[in-house]
Amino acid sequence: MSEQKTLYSPSSSVAHSGDDELEHLRREHLMLDPRPRGEMNAMVMEAMLTTSWKFKLVFAFMALVVIVCLFGVWGYLIAEGIGVAGLTNPVYWGIFLVNTVFWIGISHAGTFVSALLRVFKAEFRRPFTRAAELLTTFGLVQAGLSIFFHMGRVWVSYWLFPYPNERQLWPNFHSALSWDFLAINTYLLASTMYLFLPLIPDLAMARDRSTGWRKVFYRILSLGFRGTEGEWTHLRIAMNIFAFAILPVMFSVHTIVSWDFATAMRPGWNSTIFGPYFVIGALQSGLAAVAMVLVIVRSTMKHMTYFIREEVFDALGKLMLVISMAWAYFFFNDYMVQWYGGDQFTEKLLHFHEAGPLGWMWFAMLIFNVAIPWLTLWNRKIRRNPWALFAIGLGVNVAMWLERYIIIPLSLTINFMPFTWRMYVPGVEVPLGIGTLAFFILLYMAASKLIPLVPVWEVQEGQLAHTVRRVGKEVVVSVAEME
Amino acid sequence: MTEYKIPEFSANWAEEDKGKWGLVVDQDLCTGCQACVTACAMENNIPWVGEADAAYGRAMHWIRIERFWEGEYPNVRATPFQPVMCQQCGEAPCEPVCPVFASVHSQVEKINIQVYNRCVGTRFCANNCPYIARTFNWRDYERPEPLPNQLNPDVTVRRRGVMEKCTFCIQRIKRAEDRAKAEGREVYDGEIEPACVQACPAEALTFGRIDDPESQVSKKAKSGRGVKLLEDLGTVPRVTYLKGGA
Repeated sequence: MSEQKTLYSPSSSVAHSGDDELEHLRREHLMLDPRPRGEMNAMVMEAMLTTSWKFKLVFAFMALVVIVCLFGVWGYLIAEGIGVAGLTNPVYWGIFLVNTVFWIGISHAGTFVSALLRVFKAEFRRPFTRAAELLTTFGLVQAGLSIFFHMGRVWVSYWLFPYPNERQLWPNFHSALSWDFLAINTYLLASTMYLFLPLIPDLAMARDRSTGWRKVFYRILSLGFRGTEGEWTHLRIAMNIFAFAILPVMFSVHTIVSWDFATAMRPGWNSTIFGPYFVIGALQSGLAAVAMVLVIVRSTMKHMTYFIREEVFDALGKLMLVISMAWAYFFFNDYMVQWYGGDQFTEKLLHFHEAGPLGWMWFAMLIFNVAIPWLTLWNRKIRRNPWALFAIGLGVNVAMWLERYIIIPLSLTINFMPFTWRMYVPGVEVPLGIGTLAFFILLYMAASKLIPLVPVWEVQEGQLAHTVRRVGKEVVVSVAEME
Repeated sequence: MTEYKIPEFSANWAEEDKGKWGLVVDQDLCTGCQACVTACAMENNIPWVGEADAAYGRAMHWIRIERFWEGEYPNVRATPFQPVMCQQCGEAPCEPVCPVFASVHSQVEKINIQVYNRCVGTRFCANNCPYIARTFNWRDYERPEPLPNQLNPDVTVRRRGVMEKCTFCIQRIKRAEDRAKAEGREVYDGEIEPACVQACPAEALTFGRIDDPESQVSKKAKSGRGVKLLEDLGTVPRVTYLKGGA
């Protein structure tokens, strides 16, 4: 903040009353606060190339956690069998799939924020689309890993792929898991391409400003981009196609994840509203994750206070509030219809959710998902306070994880055969879950030092498109149609 | 000689009436002695999972005796024992959910079979089984000497990470059919006894063809005391429970 103050302190010779307003607009909106292209490029390069000892320490620690908790424990799990996890009859699915659904949920917001806001031309998206898209790609990596942890014989997991073989064995396309496998793969491929396309001009920018191995690295990745008119046209067309095409893919992925449960014959699962309920839940946790990541990026990386301003948190806070309301609506709708159905097992299950030994989860879910966002996010001051938003986002993510825990292992505890009811106690799921979190952080940290985290060209484009005019005493901001 | 073809991809899971095997469990006769559980484990090479895993609910039994009681202690009244095994559903919920066709419907025996070496261990089938009749190989369980000597050579020994369940002792069905074929006759009623049926001292279990109205199992199933477990789910189970006889 101090940096901005020194840079933009209003001149003492302000005579016109409108200048105050202009100054305010400039400080408030990145789009109205342009800097020379060379300077901005240098800022992004510096943010990418500066590594503090703190960064190295955290990076080394995360790498250690990944080696021990993820690959070490996973090796042990493969060698010993799923028995070292806490799964049992009848809770055949546990934290592995909780984490899968959780990470797929996290990965939703990246695309949501980026593609939806791009399609609707929301200008505040410009500085942080890439930070959000990275969340998608790396979140999906963790989701995929969690599925592999979950499988009893992971060494034959390639059987899920429809590949030609001499026995004419195909995956079973009746199974929601087959659709899920294909949907996640589609989403991973599509979101990676969608991440890569807008990255090309920035990689070219980095190529022109670096030496040594980085020069080679960026030269290969930027695919010879020189910024000609034809290249920009092609890039714009490709990005437009992807932004529109990836939205239905995004909706389909979490809907299909929900079908893993909704198509199953289990009390509490067999619900027709699970599709939209899961999509909204994914956006709920994903938006909170975007806010959290942006707070950390802003407070740890150089020059990020210039790019990520309070307007971004303000807008994200509003989105989070709306999505929280939508989540509450779907939760209530799901609960209400299940309860009204009057099936005795469903009734037992609903009672078990709120009054069972893990009833605190149910209440914590509602408090962190509904009560706290509703009570805080209407307030502009709280929305604009990054660390307050971080705390709310953390609460939402914990609550969404608990929601998946309630849906999967807790709901599996109760079934149609009361003789088999049994509680689930996690085993190696805990270190493996921590391992995926550390792996996510590790990948994100590595990416922040390897690729420009801010889409510079998008910011510059936006700044070019914005003009401030004065009509009489009124200050009018106008945005030119560029795409 | 029937010609078997690779099943075509089709959403129609209905099956013909001919050649259906079924089981009748007389709950009024069951004493809850667990002989069927033991016999099943011996016949089908089911591993002993050890105390710790068994206490955590991982005991691998293809048949279990469910025991319930009514009322609060000390005024409790036992209700009839309920042996539960795979119900060999005609519309089995476990079949469509397997992503790799490891849980399939046998076209010949008309029962639900698990292809162990195709199973990748997603455990979706077990989740979708309303009877919780499936058991999972959570580990490679030890078989200390001389236990390997009593393994049944007709039954696959399963490894860790695959699902398994009751097969109606398909190896016995096959052996009896082969013998009948060699002798140039049909399999007669009562010739095939799965291990649980053979071991039951109270003769509470009866096995046979339910498509044959004259078989013991058909007569018992139609005796008026028969109920099916969770029939309202539309699973079309092959096991009938008899209860409420004088």
